Amino acid sequence: MPSLGADMDHGKIVEWLVKPGDYVRRGDLVAVVDTNKTVMDIESFQEGVVAELLVGLNQTVPVGTPVARITQTPAEVPGPKPEAPPGAAARPGAVVPTVASPAPETAGPSSTRQPPGPPPVAPPVRHLAHRLGVDTDRIHGTGRDGAITRADVEHAAAARPGPSRTAAGPPEQGQSEPGAVEPGRVRAAPRARLLAAELGVDPSALAGTGPDGAITAQDIQLTAQARQTPPAAPPPEPAAERPAPEKTGPTQTTPEPSAPEVPVPESPGGEPAAGRTAALRRAIGSLMSRSKQTIPHYYLSATLDLRPAMDWMQHVNAQRPVAARLVPSALLLKAAALAARDVPEVNGFYVDDEFRPSPAVHLGVAVALRQGGLVAPALHDADTLTLDELMAQLRDLVGRARAGRLQRAEMADPTVTVTNLGDLGVDSVFGVIYPPQVALLGLGRVQEQPWAENGMLGVRHAVTATLSADHRVSDGLRGGRYLARIGELLQAPEEL
Amino acid sequence: MNEQDAREAVRAALRKVAPDVDLDDVDGGARLRQDLELDSLDFLRLVEVIDTDTGVDIPERDYPAVATVDGLVGYLGSHG
Repeated sequence: MPSLGADMDHGKIVEWLVKPGDYVRRGDLVAVVDTNKTVMDIESFQEGVVAELLVGLNQTVPVGTPVARITQTPAEVPGPKPEAPPGAAARPGAVVPTVASPAPETAGPSSTRQPPGPPPVAPPVRHLAHRLGVDTDRIHGTGRDGAITRADVEHAAAARPGPSRTAAGPPEQGQSEPGAVEPGRVRAAPRARLLAAELGVDPSALAGTGPDGAITAQDIQLTAQARQTPPAAPPPEPAAERPAPEKTGPTQTTPEPSAPEVPVPESPGGEPAAGRTAALRRAIGSLMSRSKQTIPHYYLSATLDLRPAMDWMQHVNAQRPVAARLVPSALLLKAAALAARDVPEVNGFYVDDEFRPSPAVHLGVAVALRQGGLVAPALHDADTLTLDELMAQLRDLVGRARAGRLQRAEMADPTVTVTNLGDLGVDSVFGVIYPPQVALLGLGRVQEQPWAENGMLGVRHAVTATLSADHRVSDGLRGGRYLARIGELLQAPEEL
Repeated sequence: MNEQDAREAVRAALRKVAPDVDLDDVDGGARLRQDLELDSLDFLRLVEVIDTDTGVDIPERDYPAVATVDGLVGYLGSHG
């Protein structure tokens, strides 16, 4: 059960999208989870065959609980190789480099190097890779244009340090009994397994210190502690490391951080069916309380001139069919995303007492649900989308948010959030930051108002933009720069 | 399109865009955005649905004329 938000501690499986015997690839949707706040699809973090569903329909389990067991194809689990270092993680999927031997680095750089995008793989090679249990996303192609060849696949299979290959998946996918029917299974006491699940540690990736190399509860605890200190927290680009099937951007796919306690941006809200409103309000309340208690907010406000933007948009829309028309929000969101690239202090996460700016701009868009409550899913890489793409994705995202069908990555990824209460008629909104994000942009109503410039008074469209930002990361000068930059970008709407 | 048909078209479109709104409880003067709480995307979808279902394309410059339920019904009546 992956964590789908900073304050989520339980999840209920409401639908299984796979059954035992199904073959799943990384990123395939496997189940639908109800988090009390929304209903979301969760994806597989690894490739293999579903051996067993461990959690029944409508069963609620804590975050970190294995929900299914996925085994790799039989050919993939060779017998133990004596030279293979115990606990070596062939996959970078195991987030336990602090306790594993240095072997992961030496076990085969070719198996961990990440090409920037999915490399081309010819079907016969893919077939071979599947048979050998090699994940083609993880190997470096030596063929033309980085294409993966048969030799690459065989090489990767040979370089794999044997039994631990199955071991290195993230714990969310129920690796508590990896290869239970295979040689080289992980030995761990039930108490250790339970603890591992609670702490989000993958026991199969550890070198046990108990009898015959069995994993002890202490091993698990030490791992969890070690992980919490330096290398634990996510790099500042969480979106890039989660397999997001709907994404087409040139982001690499690195493995899921295994820890349920990894802070992810929060996303309150979602489809409160009858009887769920109270839970939803509690979830929002608890997150917002935490934000207000831990984040020293400061607030800024600026009125942005929208005359060029609205003139341009009306001109463009007049020539378009309804379905292709833009709304002012699309222009504002694009400007907000571009400006976040220019003022990185507002874009990223504050974790472990330090700010980690994000190179990508995943714009959280607060969506009011018609039944009450709100969610703030991400428009991925919003700064790189054209206005038309952004508009299309915005419509899709809002539609799915209201239908309660968001992807996990969309809920977890936002690096900065925009709340657009202008649609509800307010002039300005001073929002509460979603931890661990560090800024929230509020947009009021787009309306005509008197505008004085160069000694002349006229009427223009304008909007009041506000910024709530984290004083640990930025101050009013940089925050003000962010708002001003948005205004500047909106003066040249055709370049957005 | 007569007023009866226009009203039915508006009712059908609103059912698609805002299923929680019961038109029987809504005053004709109700404002789509403020009173029925349609946001700009909902409103765009409403205009799109009406275009698809009735063939009436409401250009953006006429949006102020269709800001209320009755305004929209009247607009369809005179343009459809």
